[in-house]
Amino acid sequence: MAKRQVMFTFPPELVREPIIYNLSLQFKVVTNIRRADISEDKGWVVLELEGDEKDIERSIAWLTQKGIRVDPATGDVVEG
Amino acid sequence: MSFAQTLRCRKCGQEYPLQPMNVCDFCLSPLEVSYDYQAMAKAISRDKLSQGPRSMWRYRDLLPAEDEEVDIGTGFTPLVKANNLGRELGLEQLYIKNDCLNPTYSFKDRPVSVAASKAREFGFDTLACASTGNLAASVAAHAAKAKMKAYVFVPADVEPGKLVGAAIYNPVLITVNGSYDDVNRLCAKVTQKYKLGFININLRPYYAEGSKTLGYEVAEQLGWRAPDCVVAPAASGLLFTRIWKALDELAMLRLIEPANTHMFVSQAAGSSPIVNAFEAGSHHVNPVVPSTIVKSIAIGNPTDGYYALRVARQSGGGACAVTDDEAITGMKLLAQSEGIFTEAAGGVVVSALKKLAATGAIKHQELTVAFITGAGPRTQDILASTVQPVATEPNLESLEKVLSLPGQTDTKGYANKDRGD
Repeated sequence: MAKRQVMFTFPPELVREPIIYNLSLQFKVVTNIRRADISEDKGWVVLELEGDEKDIERSIAWLTQKGIRVDPATGDVVEG
Repeated sequence: MSFAQTLRCRKCGQEYPLQPMNVCDFCLSPLEVSYDYQAMAKAISRDKLSQGPRSMWRYRDLLPAEDEEVDIGTGFTPLVKANNLGRELGLEQLYIKNDCLNPTYSFKDRPVSVAASKAREFGFDTLACASTGNLAASVAAHAAKAKMKAYVFVPADVEPGKLVGAAIYNPVLITVNGSYDDVNRLCAKVTQKYKLGFININLRPYYAEGSKTLGYEVAEQLGWRAPDCVVAPAASGLLFTRIWKALDELAMLRLIEPANTHMFVSQAAGSSPIVNAFEAGSHHVNPVVPSTIVKSIAIGNPTDGYYALRVARQSGGGACAVTDDEAITGMKLLAQSEGIFTEAAGGVVVSALKKLAATGAIKHQELTVAFITGAGPRTQDILASTVQPVATEPNLESLEKVLSLPGQTDTKGYANKDRGD
């Protein structure tokens, strides 16, 4: 089992959708929310994803395709 | 002996023993080193610090290193009174902290020196980083000095020429076929699986502390006082927040008067998530996809972005983004007024400073320090198209013609012309 610590950033039009619930339904990925800030027009969630590596990758691809930005929770590693 | 006590979560305050670890298990926020400041206050004084080596390690008591440091001669770089640039911008007391003059030509030697020292203490025999420039060179140089191995991960689309500054120290250079995000992910996995001292992953809390020495030095070089205003670049936001932390610590230790420094953060407009959040009045730094020639500070998802934003706001400072063209103009302005050749990130600082002075955000009498954190020669390709030499034949007539010089007389009173000898 793999773990991935990520941040989802939601565009305004997706703030009301149960994205994280749907993610767990569609993929064998456990979502463990640690921090979040959601308002009526924007939102972000920091969470840990746990599951098979391929399932995590597929779930991230699904999120990205829906218009949700997925970043490492720890920030970018590549520096100048 | 170090006064470092624990790693503490910057968000929820959870504490952990000093170890290779960068993220809070509970809230996934960054960790930072906390100290026993009471004991530290008893052990240090201005006199004691002033008698230390002329390097960043004169501030050893304020850093987390226990054993002998990995030092390649970093720090105590010049703080230059920039009278020419100050006149140009209407600032009476402008100083440039010229951190181009570190061994690998950027401020990165400061954080890497501390991180490499801690890596050795933790028993690592290998350092690693993911970088396209300054950080790669610094990590490779420190590994060479410490006789450690070094792995440098690089996105595959980076031109080989950009890696010379690191390759000379003989690290293992690994190009990764994929995007910057793919490199981020690979590095996180590598750190989980192998025993590596990854500079800006599991060693990040220690890496961060090295940047504080910039703030200490400036205060000491100003005669033990904090500047009124600071203008510094931001990529991950780490440097910016640690300059502030340094001034705050010195004030807490009563080595300077309480710091009322206004902190101004500068970014390239093509990668300015912190400035965007500041201008929007937001508390959250939304990641962006970088698009700028200012590669050394092009980070779209800055780890310390939230904290940099908070420092800019709480200090009564501000935030300023400049275009790529303005960055190049800033590079030229600094070179042509003060004789300092900076990389594009320094051009961002100078152009931001110019805007902040013009709008009155920085007032003409305020003692202002601009942090120039990397040297120009490594990225001189971005200026190549601006070089326009004047061509002449090897005789005076041709030279006078192309330079539009009037015919002059020499010291013997002869007409100054080419005699054909």
